[in-house]
Amino acid sequence: MIIINVKKNIYTAEGLLDLKVKINVPKQEFITIFGKSGVGKTTLLRMIAGLLDPDDGFIQVDDVVWFDKQKKINLPADRRNLGFVFQEYNLFPNMSIRDNLRFAFKSKPDEPLIDYLLSRANLTKVENLKPDILSGGQKQRAALMRALVKKPKIFLLDEPLSALEESMRQNMQDLILELFEELKVSVFLVSHDLGEIFKLSNKVVVIDKGKIINQGSPLEVFAPGDISCKFKFEGVILSIKKADLVYIVVVKINNQFAQVVATEEEIKGLKFGDHVIVGSKAFNPVIFKANKQCV
Amino acid sequence: MIDLMPIFLSLKLAMLTTLILFGVGLVIAYCLVFLSFKNKEIIETIINIPIILPPSVLGFYLLFIFNPDSLIGSFLTKVFHSRILFSFTGILIASLIFSLPIMVNFLKAGFKSFPQNLLDAAKIMGKGRIEILLRVILPYCRASVISGMIMTFAHTIGAFGILMMIGGNIPGQTQLASIAIFNEIECLNYSKAHVYSIILTAVTFLLLFVMLKINRKKEAC
Repeated sequence: MIIINVKKNIYTAEGLLDLKVKINVPKQEFITIFGKSGVGKTTLLRMIAGLLDPDDGFIQVDDVVWFDKQKKINLPADRRNLGFVFQEYNLFPNMSIRDNLRFAFKSKPDEPLIDYLLSRANLTKVENLKPDILSGGQKQRAALMRALVKKPKIFLLDEPLSALEESMRQNMQDLILELFEELKVSVFLVSHDLGEIFKLSNKVVVIDKGKIINQGSPLEVFAPGDISCKFKFEGVILSIKKADLVYIVVVKINNQFAQVVATEEEIKGLKFGDHVIVGSKAFNPVIFKANKQCV
Repeated sequence: MIDLMPIFLSLKLAMLTTLILFGVGLVIAYCLVFLSFKNKEIIETIINIPIILPPSVLGFYLLFIFNPDSLIGSFLTKVFHSRILFSFTGILIASLIFSLPIMVNFLKAGFKSFPQNLLDAAKIMGKGRIEILLRVILPYCRASVISGMIMTFAHTIGAFGILMMIGGNIPGQTQLASIAIFNEIECLNYSKAHVYSIILTAVTFLLLFVMLKINRKKEAC
């Protein structure tokens, strides 16, 4: 069981933010922290990692207390046995990819494990190169593997795929999912991408202005509960045009474009740029607005 | 025949000053950038005083401090088993104080540019402060480190007033190249003054050229 109950006052672009988060989740869950920029998502991950001290609260993983303000317990970051993957990769630029993985060991590097991780991430051919000359995808795979070197119990991913192009992003999502199932770790992912969240997460925690405003499965959080669909895709409206008695709505779903026929009733409240869910109940795709509070 | 001893002494003084200040500056710059403590501004102000203060003022105070009759002067005389004033040890100490802000400010600028996230990544791996400094921060800030060393070296080569006040003009002991030029001009030996000046100009040009090359290479990366 992972118990997180932390408070922290942080300064954001919009002023002082009172971050109060309480999350209780079983082990080996894939949890996404979702919310707009500046609501405290990265701060929450940094507090879990031990890189930032909460003003008050309690963090416990399994039976080990990582942080307890009252009892003055504060386990250092390196003793929390976690992996952290940052948005900016954070590979050490003066070291080769293999040396970056070696550096993650506290004592003698486990070379066979490094070999395995490099081959798993398809990085064997570039293992002796410095990070600067690698592609974004290669750098992020290397950062992911470096975080796994310590065989962490908890994996913290702070928007790790946001800088990648779509196809690379899909590959990385597949790799993360495979590793999650193989290593049986608990994952906390910060992400804005609904497709990514639906693909990877068991649970979504939505934070707004420092507070949890919604949590549950991705479907519970992002789709209205009274609609039952055979399939659902998240997308963004690119245009709405009237065609005789109906409307043609063009929706971008990942890298594809779908045209959906909608009635006047269905397009009420929809406009260009809205996040929507396109689904099918039987044979006809229907379109409805994704949970506004969460998108 | 020109006496190369002043050139040799200048290079020896610059080399020793740079090496000692690299160690001292590393500790001071690290503390100023990565540690939180009160009254940082006071420490930074004291370190930077030699940049603003006329060398004659600094030299005047050091003459008082290193005087064998003063508390510090008598202590240093016992430690070094010789007098501090008008000796190579004296000009070395004066040079260290004079060039300290150069080294500290270059290292500080480099350390300030070091990304917090890289520091976080190293902390999560359980690396200690010294290992992070030596294996991650210094290689990342190598352009600032090299620039700091070159500028400290060049600054020491060019120092004149303060070193003349502390060391005087003793051939073979404290007569540095910059002081030798002054000496030759006073004796109207312009040709010797020219030779010393050309050598110092060439050394300074070379040092600055290397520093700019290194910085340009770093920018290109």
